[in-house]
Amino acid sequence: MEKYSDFILRNRLLVIAAVLIFVGIAFSGAFKDGQWNIPFKSDYKTFFKDNNKQLNDFLSLQKIYSKSDNVAFIVAPKDGNVFTKETLTAIWELTNEAWQVTYNSRVDSITNFQYSFAEGDDLMIEDLVLEADMLDDELIARAKRVSLSEPILKKKLISENSDAAVVNVTIRLPAIDMTAEVPEVAASVRAIRDDFAKRYPDIQFMLSGMIMMNTSFPEASKADSSVKIPLMLLVVILAVGLLLRTITGTFATLLIILTSVLGTMGIWGWLGGYLTGPSAGSPTVILTLAVADCVHVLSTFYYNMRHGMDKNEAIKDSLRVNMQPVFLTSITTAIGFLTMNFSDAPPFAHLGNMVAIGVMLAFAFSVTIFPAMLSLLPIKVKQTAEHKVDMMDKLANFVIGNRKWLLPVSTVVIIGFASFVPSNQLNDDFVKYFDERVPFRNATDFMQEHLSGMTTLELSFDSNKSSGINDPKFLKFVADFSDWLREMEKTDNVNTITDTLKRLNRNMHGDDPAWYILPDQQELAAQYLLLYELSLPQGLDVNNQLNVDKSSTRVIATFQNLTSNEILELEQKVLRHFNEQNSEYGLSLASPSLMFAHIGSTNIVSMLKGSSLALILISILLGFALRSVKFGLISLIPNLTPAAVGFGVWGLFVGEVGLGLSVVMGVTLGIIVDDTVHFLSKYIRARREKGLSSEDAVRYSFASVGRALWITTMVLIAGFGVMATSSFKVNADMGLLTAVTILIALIIDFLFLPPLLMLLKSKKDKEAEREAKLKNPELARATRE
Amino acid sequence: MKLLQVGLLTLSSMLAFSSPVFAGEAEDKGLAISKESKNRDLGWRDSQAEMEMLLKNQHGETSTRQMKIKSMEQENDGDKSLTIFNSPNDVKGTAFLSFSHPTTNDEQWLYLPALKRVKRISSRNKSGSFMGSEFSFEDLTSFEIEKYDYKYIKDETINGVDCWVVEQYPRDKYSGYKRRVVWIDKAEYRTQKTDFYDRKNTLLKTLTFSQYNQYVNKYWRASQLEMVNHQSGKSTLLTWKNYQFQKGLDEKDFNKNALKRAR
Repeated sequence: MEKYSDFILRNRLLVIAAVLIFVGIAFSGAFKDGQWNIPFKSDYKTFFKDNNKQLNDFLSLQKIYSKSDNVAFIVAPKDGNVFTKETLTAIWELTNEAWQVTYNSRVDSITNFQYSFAEGDDLMIEDLVLEADMLDDELIARAKRVSLSEPILKKKLISENSDAAVVNVTIRLPAIDMTAEVPEVAASVRAIRDDFAKRYPDIQFMLSGMIMMNTSFPEASKADSSVKIPLMLLVVILAVGLLLRTITGTFATLLIILTSVLGTMGIWGWLGGYLTGPSAGSPTVILTLAVADCVHVLSTFYYNMRHGMDKNEAIKDSLRVNMQPVFLTSITTAIGFLTMNFSDAPPFAHLGNMVAIGVMLAFAFSVTIFPAMLSLLPIKVKQTAEHKVDMMDKLANFVIGNRKWLLPVSTVVIIGFASFVPSNQLNDDFVKYFDERVPFRNATDFMQEHLSGMTTLELSFDSNKSSGINDPKFLKFVADFSDWLREMEKTDNVNTITDTLKRLNRNMHGDDPAWYILPDQQELAAQYLLLYELSLPQGLDVNNQLNVDKSSTRVIATFQNLTSNEILELEQKVLRHFNEQNSEYGLSLASPSLMFAHIGSTNIVSMLKGSSLALILISILLGFALRSVKFGLISLIPNLTPAAVGFGVWGLFVGEVGLGLSVVMGVTLGIIVDDTVHFLSKYIRARREKGLSSEDAVRYSFASVGRALWITTMVLIAGFGVMATSSFKVNADMGLLTAVTILIALIIDFLFLPPLLMLLKSKKDKEAEREAKLKNPELARATRE
Repeated sequence: MKLLQVGLLTLSSMLAFSSPVFAGEAEDKGLAISKESKNRDLGWRDSQAEMEMLLKNQHGETSTRQMKIKSMEQENDGDKSLTIFNSPNDVKGTAFLSFSHPTTNDEQWLYLPALKRVKRISSRNKSGSFMGSEFSFEDLTSFEIEKYDYKYIKDETINGVDCWVVEQYPRDKYSGYKRRVVWIDKAEYRTQKTDFYDRKNTLLKTLTFSQYNQYVNKYWRASQLEMVNHQSGKSTLLTWKNYQFQKGLDEKDFNKNALKRAR
């Protein structure tokens, strides 16, 4: 150890150069041909592994029918009435211009709805509003009557009280380069939206739909980073600068966090990685954790210098004291973050791996370039008198003096909060992945309020025979099932081919409402459909509802925004209802909503497994490091309880957990272990090496690491607190709960752990204490002062 | 300096003369090629043939449709055609009559045997999917000079066949296409390939003609037409069989009454 620190200090320029060259080479991995080469994937499908069942179910439905990624233009006239000449004209024009949207394959609105009606013996099928200049009172009245009575349109393309309409653009991405394609579509629809907003100042135009959600992932992250990174740097400057009162130390710390972040990004680039919403949060996390390493090295260093040590000696001593605990805490933090690999959502695994890389880099840098920089840069330190009684001593005396009631009370409080853990409801509503600052969220909330939610279920009914969709028995089955779906409380819209067939049957019978029933012969249904298909314009065919063999049909049900649990219940309810029918038909269910609902619940289980493994590994590691099975076991309590209390607090005040939060346990475990390690190792050292009583050992622990723990915790809370300001809610919630849990961990380490340690000393300990006191009374007194 | 000027002048004049057509000329040449193509196919009077469609989707599912098509040439007007569906079974006997017009809307009727009625179809929409295939009825109707504006693009050899490449811009505002790019071979003025561009001018479909046969020593018909939709990944293969020409079909075979009798 001595040799190591000598080497670093003697070759400080070499060390600095070597580290900077290493970081330079590593960072070049983020570029290719001078271009930034770590793509930001803007596709919700990146949240799923390739072998995810729900994803594959959905992808195969898309292959059989057609892709259903969409952009919804929401048209909200300020006078609250869609059925005016002006607004209908706007919708008609928007419908036409939407055909120009990049990668669009279909546009649906109330104006291009393929309205069929009988005219004498002829069947007329044409756009509900064919030309805007044809709009007169009569046509407007017809448009209103038809729109509001057509089950395909109501609450999907027109609101029930006709105050808002949607022009829905179906997008078929080539999926060659999603990183470029999604923003291309977004730019193209935004240009149209801006143009219409200018042309129609009395109408509000908003954008929602899957494509807008996808494009919001990188946009929210980028907007975040521009605020978060400078804010984070400010936090570092404040924390290190004010708490340790050093400019050089602050500068050296900034260098470490910068090299750690750049090195990580570069290595991620070399590994061929990409970014997603969650993993884009990694720089903030690495920043935060890197600061903690520096604080430990710095605080010992300054403590030494204030107490009269020479600069290089102070550095050497700080390295000697901190090397092991900093290494240990870095390893445990890395293990904690690596548990994210158990997540079913790859973006979290990526976040975990990036942070793990960053933490280990930060460790390496904080014991190489960091001391070298400190040694090189000028440092002025005011020497202080011998140890004076500070906050930490007062806290130590308070804890020791009140341990009789602190232990039971804190135990009750811990159990009290932990009992609220079950109040957490599982919910992965991908709309709520974004907060109200993101335009997509506002547009979608508006759409949910006025028309329909983003929760969908796609039901593919398979008749199991060619042309089987025309069989009256099958049609009745699908129609009844659709009716059953419609009757559910939270259903907004059900799109089914059976409605089209009923309408055609009515048209064929002179528009007699009594004939709004399914055709009763297979031939009739088939021929109606043939007639209908021959009459549709390009892009508005029924191929998105029927497969090529006409053996199966897709019904799309839209619901109000449901929680994951409600969606899972809905799925079970639908499957149960289907099985109860005991039909000869097949049903496959899929949708993005279903994908997110499932991943939320399976991810929790996976993360529990991962966290348990991490707990075992970390406890073994601690047992070895502390060289004691007993303390290894004791450490479990302050390591585990903070997450339990944290989730309890969350259950009490928020109550919704999703993908982001299921990883918090593993993450916080890795971080809060640090506190326990530092506190316990000092306690044990005091007991074993200095032979102090448990009371004095507690005092010693508080005196030597209390301040550093306090500062690092504040930095961590600030860092994750900054993350909590993210407009990407997954990251914001993760940051907030992590910050809360870390604070709880510190409180537990300060108020609960010491009384516990004092309670758990064995008989042998007590005897040893008595002997030690007799042998060396001065020492005992010295530490007390 | 002078050398440079001379060089630039020579270069620009070379560019000017090497480009085969001037503005306006490309349009004329495109029209001329298309006219010749149409002219060479005049006088066939009537034809009938059987057609099979094989539909494929991205998931590998396939499906077939069979029909018989009779056509009759009209002087100074679009052709008349009668399509009789044979399979799937539930549309067997359904017959579709279409009078194509170069400048006005087509007229279309469908006979539904299940309803025993002839229904007239509003015909503005003819660009939708034909029987769930990648063909639209617009793709299958007879080619009329007046339906498009033209522009010659270049010469190109595809599959060893020397072709002219001509752009066609539909005049009908309800057409599903912004433009079509057609490869017409220089030897026989037959269409070898057509690219269809959708309304936002993105390549939508490619139609490839193969196995051309000559009938009555004059008229060329391809036996296989493959339409690939680049955007959906779906495709349709059309196979023509038993072409017969000049079998004496007349107006009586192409009216509403003929629809009901058709088999």
